[in-house]
Amino acid sequence: MSVESIILQMGAFVLAPFLLGIINRTKAIVGGRTGQPFLQAYFDLWKLLQKGAVYSVTTTWIFRAGPIVGLAAAAAALLLVPMAHANAAISFGADLVLLAGILGLMRFFTMIAALDTGSAFEGMGASREAILASMAEPAFFLALAAIALVSGSFSLTTMLGGLLAEGWTGAAAPALVLAVAAIFLVMLAENARIPIDDPNTHLELTMIHEVMVLDHSGPDLAYILYGSAIKLWLFAALLVAVVIPFHTGSTLADVGVFLGGMAVVAVVIGLVESSMARLRMFQTSHLLISASVLGALAVALALGVE
Amino acid sequence: MDRLVDFLLMLVVLLGLGALGSTRVADRIRMAAAQGAVLGVLLLLVHRDDISVHLVVLAALSIGIKGLGIPWLLFRGREAIKGGGTVKPYMGSTLALVLGAVALGVAFALASLLPLPIPSLSRLIVPVSLSTVFSGMLLLVIRRTAISQVLGYVLLENGIFTFSLALAGAVPTLVEMGILLDLFAAVFVMGITIYQIDREFDHIDASRLRELHDINGHTPWPLGSRERHAAPGRRPG
Repeated sequence: MSVESIILQMGAFVLAPFLLGIINRTKAIVGGRTGQPFLQAYFDLWKLLQKGAVYSVTTTWIFRAGPIVGLAAAAAALLLVPMAHANAAISFGADLVLLAGILGLMRFFTMIAALDTGSAFEGMGASREAILASMAEPAFFLALAAIALVSGSFSLTTMLGGLLAEGWTGAAAPALVLAVAAIFLVMLAENARIPIDDPNTHLELTMIHEVMVLDHSGPDLAYILYGSAIKLWLFAALLVAVVIPFHTGSTLADVGVFLGGMAVVAVVIGLVESSMARLRMFQTSHLLISASVLGALAVALALGVE
Repeated sequence: MDRLVDFLLMLVVLLGLGALGSTRVADRIRMAAAQGAVLGVLLLLVHRDDISVHLVVLAALSIGIKGLGIPWLLFRGREAIKGGGTVKPYMGSTLALVLGAVALGVAFALASLLPLPIPSLSRLIVPVSLSTVFSGMLLLVIRRTAISQVLGYVLLENGIFTFSLALAGAVPTLVEMGILLDLFAAVFVMGITIYQIDREFDHIDASRLRELHDINGHTPWPLGSRERHAAPGRRPG
């Protein structure tokens, strides 16, 4: 855990809600509007933290614990991800399994907090989330496995570092392209973005993630909003690290390139959200299974190189 | 340049799996057409050391017929028929996609057991060709409408064509032209047949074409069921 990585992690915690601002601004520009300020997510968090929370009498401690555990899990998962070619704050062999496990813990607590309310709508959201997660996880693992096979290491820090640069110019480049596509689709699924889920919908029947957090208010909602921003930053950082594995000389240039890459990922997500509608339920599962097939093809190609 | 061949072969596999897993016939037709066009480009890349007018004409014909001619025939056939709108396939497209991925893995495993006697341009050609053949056969078997079965056949031929790319130099281009002609004639004939089937039966659901029926709708004796009309000349009772 070096000073460099700690500074980068602190920077990530501060900048994570800014990604949401970039996505919303991109959608607004494509839609011909001016849109929210870039810092709207920060204003929302500040507003929510100052309010009081209202708890239903049917809920138990699980409902209060859900957002807290979710935020803690997101923050812990971020510590495992290397950014700007520095080492991650915590890294060891095969820590990508721990990353998937912590993200799963976050999702699990969100789901049981939703079920704890005793309301049918939250239960519906939890069941949909469970189905989509069961199809997104294999895609995530297969894509990361393909990248690990190409770079030769199973720890996130060494996997996404300089070893990958030879992979892009070598014979396994098609495998990396497929892995990037699979991770992009998984990112859209995990962060409740179109075409899997609409973050702006008002119709409860079409919600997946939004309906699970429908009953949270005040600071709990702030924790959930911030936790989802951190999760988005995490996936975008993974994507940027795979796509741009080349070191420049200085740390500052690396950080600049990394931040530029994150902004580009946010703009791409905004463009995808502006150009598509949410898919029907059957088609979202079909899309995620296609992501798993892409991941499987990437693993097959990566194994074929050996 | 070898990277480009690898990328194009990967695109061929993706288009084959896409044709297998997509839910609409129009998407399937376009993906099979795109796959044919990519194979035409690959033909040029494979023979890039000895490009001749002969080869360029063959590649252009290949791209034209597989990329434009066959989808045109199939789309026109689709417009001409009335039936075949909402028949359910034997197996959902998601399961088909998963089976296609399994077939891909089997293709890679098989290809490692079947080394070619001559060096080929890319180690991916044999697995990609086997996997395209499997995808084509899956599509042929899974779907009930005749148009999708024709597309399965087109994918099958594309797989065979890919395999011939691996033996570049050993297989004269005359043979490749023969394959192309065979494909075009087959699709042409199948298009006409689909139209005639629809005109006669008002549907192109192949699973309903398994029994013989007479003009009046009865199955002629002795193939029919027990309660048949009395044979002519017999009095009932």
